[in-house]
Amino acid sequence: MSELLIRNGFVYDLLNGIDGEKADISIKNGKVVESVGAGATVIDASGMIVMPGGVDIHSHIAGSKVNAGRILRPEDHEKDVERHTAITRAGTGHSIPSTFTTGYRYAKMGYTTVFEPATPLMKTRHTHEELDDTPIVDKGCFPLFGNDWHSMEYLAQGRVEECAAYVAWMLRATKGYAIKMVNPGGVEAWSWGRALVGLEDRVPNFNITPREIVHGLCKVNQMLHLPHTIHVHTNDLAKIGNYQTTIDTMDSVRDLGGDSKPVIHITHVQFTGRTGSAWHNVGSGAPEIADYVNKHDHVTVDMGQIVFMNTTTMTADGGFQYMLHQLSGNKWMNQDVEVETGSGIVPYTYKRSNYVNAIQWGIGLELALLVRDPWRVYMTTDHPNGGDFTKYPKIISWLMSRKARDKSLAKINSIARNKLDLPDIDREYSFSEIAVVTRAGTAKALGLKEKGHLGVGADADVAVYNINPTKIDSSRDYLLVRKALKKAAFTIKDGRIVVKNGEILETPNGRTYWVDSVVSEDLGEKVESEMRKTFTKYYTVQMDNYAMTDSELANSNRVEVKAEI
Amino acid sequence: MTKLPKTIIPNVICTFCGSTCDDLQVTVEDEKVLSVRSGCSSSLSKYLNYSAERYNSPRVRKNGEFHEATYDDAVCRSAEILANAKYPLLYGWSSTSNEASRAGIELAEWVGGVIDNTTTVCHGPTLLAVHDVGEVTATLGEIVHRADLVIYWGSNPVHSHPHHIMRYTSMSTGRFRLSKKNRTMVVVDVRKTDTAKLADQFIQITPNGDYELMCALRMAVRGDELEQDVISGVPAERIEELADLMISCEFGVIFFGLGLTMTEGRHRNVDVALSLVQDLNARTKFLIMPMRGHFNVAGANEVSAWTTGYPYAVDLSQGYPRYNPGDTTAIDVLSRGDCDAALVVASDPVANFPVNVSRHLAKIPVITIDPHPSATTPISEVVFPSTVVGVETGGCIYRMDGVAIMTKSLVAPPPGLHSDVEILRDILAHVKKLKAGQ
Repeated sequence: MSELLIRNGFVYDLLNGIDGEKADISIKNGKVVESVGAGATVIDASGMIVMPGGVDIHSHIAGSKVNAGRILRPEDHEKDVERHTAITRAGTGHSIPSTFTTGYRYAKMGYTTVFEPATPLMKTRHTHEELDDTPIVDKGCFPLFGNDWHSMEYLAQGRVEECAAYVAWMLRATKGYAIKMVNPGGVEAWSWGRALVGLEDRVPNFNITPREIVHGLCKVNQMLHLPHTIHVHTNDLAKIGNYQTTIDTMDSVRDLGGDSKPVIHITHVQFTGRTGSAWHNVGSGAPEIADYVNKHDHVTVDMGQIVFMNTTTMTADGGFQYMLHQLSGNKWMNQDVEVETGSGIVPYTYKRSNYVNAIQWGIGLELALLVRDPWRVYMTTDHPNGGDFTKYPKIISWLMSRKARDKSLAKINSIARNKLDLPDIDREYSFSEIAVVTRAGTAKALGLKEKGHLGVGADADVAVYNINPTKIDSSRDYLLVRKALKKAAFTIKDGRIVVKNGEILETPNGRTYWVDSVVSEDLGEKVESEMRKTFTKYYTVQMDNYAMTDSELANSNRVEVKAEI
Repeated sequence: MTKLPKTIIPNVICTFCGSTCDDLQVTVEDEKVLSVRSGCSSSLSKYLNYSAERYNSPRVRKNGEFHEATYDDAVCRSAEILANAKYPLLYGWSSTSNEASRAGIELAEWVGGVIDNTTTVCHGPTLLAVHDVGEVTATLGEIVHRADLVIYWGSNPVHSHPHHIMRYTSMSTGRFRLSKKNRTMVVVDVRKTDTAKLADQFIQITPNGDYELMCALRMAVRGDELEQDVISGVPAERIEELADLMISCEFGVIFFGLGLTMTEGRHRNVDVALSLVQDLNARTKFLIMPMRGHFNVAGANEVSAWTTGYPYAVDLSQGYPRYNPGDTTAIDVLSRGDCDAALVVASDPVANFPVNVSRHLAKIPVITIDPHPSATTPISEVVFPSTVVGVETGGCIYRMDGVAIMTKSLVAPPPGLHSDVEILRDILAHVKKLKAGQ
């Protein structure tokens, strides 16, 4: 394979302590190496920023609910189309881009790895089919646990080791990467049209509470030595006053922390960080949540930032989507999944003039600005829930520039503006902090050892942005930053130049990461034989037809870990 | 040649209807299916007769006559037809694998045609209604475990989906519903079908009366008074009783078929049905699900949607996906006489489309890929016999509720036959070469 030399750029490789210094990056056979020969292709990155390729920890890009969103909304696609070329496939875009378009648009922004954060176990074969049709980026998905009957039953019986062996089997069967929870216990209640409140309600027909589910699966996660923490969409999402549930959820696994290693990731905190007692006095709970995160190192969070636009909300939290349907009067899709989970989809427009929307906008930004350690807060929009992923440069400019924030603040609902702390926050992110919250931090949180950095041996996934950090004041010239981040000067994937000046040059297939946590043979066999009995009773698909084989993935990247059980 | 031993293959996925039961036991010997256990009448008929009536090599028409052709010649001829066409139609897709659909859509992009699947003549109106209001649905296991009220409306699963009732609904055994005694089954139809004979309640309505009846039901559920005594042949009290039954159940579901989508009102019928179910969720848990016919019609919609954004009737002639059912749908494209070539995969449009539409098909060069001769093969320019998905070749398919399962090959195909996927990929490769030269 050809060699590549990225010369003279300002390198932001924070995992290796390189903070905007001029350096050369040498690439050979898809990996970063010490040096390359004189014949290497040279990219002159003088006056440009060089970062590892972006790593998105939470973006709904593939699977049954994403596709149900596409089917629900032809009006979303009509306004944003991509033409077929000799290199690229046709597609449609806006809030729920088609798969090929998704891959191209991520690559154009310098992103090279994306994780789909919610896939129903039973429908994950579908998710992988879509991921296989998502070009360029590496990818993976988080299967949904925490409303599945097997987990709830094992945990209610106190059989945590058996639960762990079951989770390991499921991750292997679905080629999943991490344990995702959405409204643990609450989605099972929604299967009856009911809801749970807080962490102490008991799940109907299952002798267990959300608190016990979160704690149990967090232990399971540790036993299996999974590379990522549990990834939690908390109970009470979007409800008024839910910031307390978010803090309670973080605190419910405090005893499992230690060694300053995070054990829980709370996702899209913007949706779960509300104070107040009624819609008219909803406020931001971001200061309280950030305070908790600042004081406790067992937690990581991501923003779930909203952008003022028409988008498509979608989540496994079917009950929440029903509430949004009633609240907005917009059309509504619901897809419950037997034995496991649910989902819902509702189109929604975030308006500057809407008091609650304006508060939501503030919560996400306050969270990112008030959590002091950028290694534990990540930039997301919970695509497409808060807005689509192509709006990342806009959010980055809000993080980097008080001026950009002030400009938006001036346009939002004035009561919300007066209620938010945001106008008083001076902090502005540096490029190194941006590099952390968009790639180095996320790669670390996901346990992707060869991503998020540019040290020798790293995957040669690199983004080069045409912006000179020594000449441009990102606080003042935020529009230039936005422009540069929208279209990478170069995106390099596995050592191949896939994007130049924002245009696609090549469309290789990325790898699909999944985790195989190997448990002891005895335990594995015992649990599998137990599952054979329950499977026939629970599912409408045979166990042997349920499990995916390795060869079903176009480009399988198995990550093996040794479980402690 | 040594004879292969007799083998019983368990957990075989049936590739007939949208139920895609996956518990068949198929006995094979010497690359032939000997017997099938646990199958319904339809699957028995398919698995025991799949190898009857087949061509064993491609055919290409020369001077009006069909001639056997080599595979490569047939691929070249097909690629030429498609590459030279101004507005080709690529139709079918519901009785083949997702892998075939994926190749088909890429081919449609290269030749700038319209790609449409058989949804267009069955549940197309359902999708139009979903665009309007959404859909409250679930996987079939939810019905098994929880449903205490099952309504079949304009659908006769005893014949169309023979194991549906037993496996997934009224007669299944679930965690919270042990037997038929724990459920009520209602059938709404224009005649007393064999499904209606199994029901606890049968409501006979006048043909084309679905829209009015569904609206009346929606009113009753909302607590509005019905002013007419009889609506669509059903007394107002009967409608109010049904509304009460729906509100008071713990978990209800409506399954609907072509009796709703292809009668007067079409997508409006479905629109009001979907809305009724949304209304009911303010009172109880209620779901709705279309009875998808072919074993992978759901997959054809899904692949089309994730690739282009739209579930069927996608026009790629401008280079990007365009969707306008009624304009970009297969029947409309053909009846206007717009398209100048067609590729038909795993479908038989001549047998199913209106006569004037088939007439246009007969005038243009048609390439047909199908395991069996059909009413479309005699009017074709090129015919590829292909392998049977789920019997001779594997591939991913989607059950009517969107659950993806992977079918496997049980026996080897006759020598020289290719799968739909191989044929499509080979045509695509050749089209790319021709387009590069143009």
